[in-house]
Amino acid sequence: MSAAAVTVRTAGTQPAPVRRGYHFELIKLLAQWPIRLALLGCWLAPALFVAAISKQSSLPADTLFGRWMSQTGWAGPLVVLAFACSWVLPLLTSLVAGDIFAREDRLGTWRHLLIAVRSPRRIFMAKVLASLTIIVLLVAGLAISAIVGGLAAVGNQPLVGLDGHLLTPGQAAGTVLLAWASALAPTLAFAAVGLLGSVALGRSPMGLVIPALLALLLQIAQLLPLPVVVRVALPSYAFIAWRGLFTDPAQTGPLVVGIAVSLALALAASILAYRMFMSRDFTDVAYDGTGRRALVRAVLPLAALLAVTVGIIASVTSASGSGIDRAKLDRSLATAFAHLYRMQTGELHRPAVTEAELRSSATCEKGGSLVAAVGPGNDWRCVVTWQLPGSAAVGSAIYQLDVNPDGHYVADGDGPQEVNGFFLVHTATGGTPNPLWQIDTTVDLLTPTSSG
Amino acid sequence: MSITERATDGTSIAHSDAVRTPPAPLENGPHDTLAVRACGIRKFFGDVVALDGVDLDIAAGEIHGLVGPNGAGKTTLLGLLLGLAQPDGGDLEIFGSPVRRALAVPPGVAGFVDGPGLYPSLTARQNLAALARLRGDGADGIGDALEEVGLSDVADDRVRGFSLGMRQRLGLAAALLAKPRLLVLDEPANGLDPAGTRHVHRVLTDLAGCGVSIVMSSHRMDDLAALCSEVTLLATGRVIFSGSVTKLAADTAELDYRLRTSDPAAARRIAAETPELCILPGERLLDRRDAEALLVRAAAPTLDDLVARLVGAGVGVRELAPVVAPLEAAFLALTAAATGASEDEGL
Repeated sequence: MSAAAVTVRTAGTQPAPVRRGYHFELIKLLAQWPIRLALLGCWLAPALFVAAISKQSSLPADTLFGRWMSQTGWAGPLVVLAFACSWVLPLLTSLVAGDIFAREDRLGTWRHLLIAVRSPRRIFMAKVLASLTIIVLLVAGLAISAIVGGLAAVGNQPLVGLDGHLLTPGQAAGTVLLAWASALAPTLAFAAVGLLGSVALGRSPMGLVIPALLALLLQIAQLLPLPVVVRVALPSYAFIAWRGLFTDPAQTGPLVVGIAVSLALALAASILAYRMFMSRDFTDVAYDGTGRRALVRAVLPLAALLAVTVGIIASVTSASGSGIDRAKLDRSLATAFAHLYRMQTGELHRPAVTEAELRSSATCEKGGSLVAAVGPGNDWRCVVTWQLPGSAAVGSAIYQLDVNPDGHYVADGDGPQEVNGFFLVHTATGGTPNPLWQIDTTVDLLTPTSSG
Repeated sequence: MSITERATDGTSIAHSDAVRTPPAPLENGPHDTLAVRACGIRKFFGDVVALDGVDLDIAAGEIHGLVGPNGAGKTTLLGLLLGLAQPDGGDLEIFGSPVRRALAVPPGVAGFVDGPGLYPSLTARQNLAALARLRGDGADGIGDALEEVGLSDVADDRVRGFSLGMRQRLGLAAALLAKPRLLVLDEPANGLDPAGTRHVHRVLTDLAGCGVSIVMSSHRMDDLAALCSEVTLLATGRVIFSGSVTKLAADTAELDYRLRTSDPAAARRIAAETPELCILPGERLLDRRDAEALLVRAAAPTLDDLVARLVGAGVGVRELAPVVAPLEAAFLALTAAATGASEDEGL
């Protein structure tokens, strides 16, 4: 055999580089009209939505940051993020990753692809990278579009944080981008689960609904009174934990844990999908997914990962129970009240006052003396007291709290009317939204419950 | 220069020699005239024996047909030639190189099994361009490959709207793009209209003329009879016949023929007098319009004798044709025998 022949033969039997496969997968994904429609929607719809809502007189006050949409362009992207974390991001991962393997089964193109690429491993890599690219493009589109829409419609004003502290436009920009970036981690976890479903279920389009189904189950789970170590071990927790970035100091602990959990799931699901894909016999024309074996090969390892994660979180944090108690609510409500009182003072054109001068404190009780003052519920009642500016007297105001199991709560002002009892405050220029009427904030579930 | 004709599905069929440049032959050592040499190939899927000691030799420039009933192992064998899997036993050499693992066949092998792998959301041109780029080839030959299979007019249409025949032709174009020396085709004539079939036959014949070896499976005996110089008959994973088409047809001693003459009554009388010829009850096989036709069963020499007698008696012979094509008859006879033997073994 001649040297030339050897050279030709060696070159011809080499697998196609991953970058060529990646390009091929991108072409196939971008040729699908649902993907094109999703990209168009993600890059256009948020801008239109934020601009339209921000200009309305009635704002979505029951939505996180919704009440601030007319005052700063940075609130709109956070409203969109909160909505996206509920449904949009899991559905987008379903659309992209949930079908990327199963589609080849339905089209009968596996053999054709294998002959051209000559490496199942590279096919897997190319598909993962291509779906990742499209998902990042979709998430980036949502974020950038919402930001552009908010800034164009309302402007680059300071943002009121969840505990009432003010973020300068620069701080708001950085924190909003960080919040969107942190939502990528659970999105990747859902995408990896979609990949796994797509590999495991063969030509069945059921892989498409698996991330959406998982999102639904996890949302239901987040509503249940789970122990905090289980709650933060769920891969959807990072979809909630970004809210902690908008308190002062930022509640980074739950966010870091949420991101780590999401990335661990993304890695585990990807490895399982890879192993399942590599063990497949592509010459078997009757192959139709792993069927019941998927339970053993995919679901059980992921359940084991959840158990291990719960164990690790329980051992490295001092959190216990629901993570919600009286001390945390006392501290959180007093802080938010002080920040928002300063804002109300400014609106009423009264002399400026600092949080230190106010010396605000809160005393919360839950459901009377027969109920332990821990855990979520809508039966929390708090009395906030503060030092009245320019006086030796102490003011007090009452709030009724509806505390969610995930730490987010809404405190409804219950009087006195001139402080927190009415949704407007009367100024020289007319009525303006009363920042103390409703306080929408969150507690850090992972801080020790006994402190305070 | 190209000649264009119109297929019934609306696509134009052009004949050009643009992509028929045969690839440079490689030196293959002692088997330099063989594109494929398979010896005792065995392949299992769990407990199922898909191939059981299959031998196959395919020479350069040969069009080799694979025939067999469903489940005979044709697609499995073609998959091995494309490198989709490795044999569980036996030796397989392609262009003289042993194939010992999956996806490691030497360059120059192209084709498809279980239908051409095409993406319906891409156009015909995009399908080929993406494939060419994946292989690291340029897009130079795409137009020629599309013209070669008669899909130039629909090159920018999405494959979603293509008929089965058009998809088959596009699959062939994808294989031609790789400038193969061994073309492996699974049912390439599936869904083709007569013009498309004729055109694909011409393409394959021209490729073979340029030294490209072609191995194809088909259930259409007319395709195989028209194209293949050699055929291999598979049944339950075993080779039950391998050789030339002529030999296969000759292996079937007697066939049923339809005889139409100017004088049916005289023809029936003469046929009855002809030795070693059997007149069959034709009602079951001949429709009413053929009420005057005669159905006879005989070997070729006896037929010659019958024709001589008819002509001698002044009876005009208007038609003498096999009811079932010789190749098909041979196929049916051999596969029935093989299946029977296999069942006996099972018992």
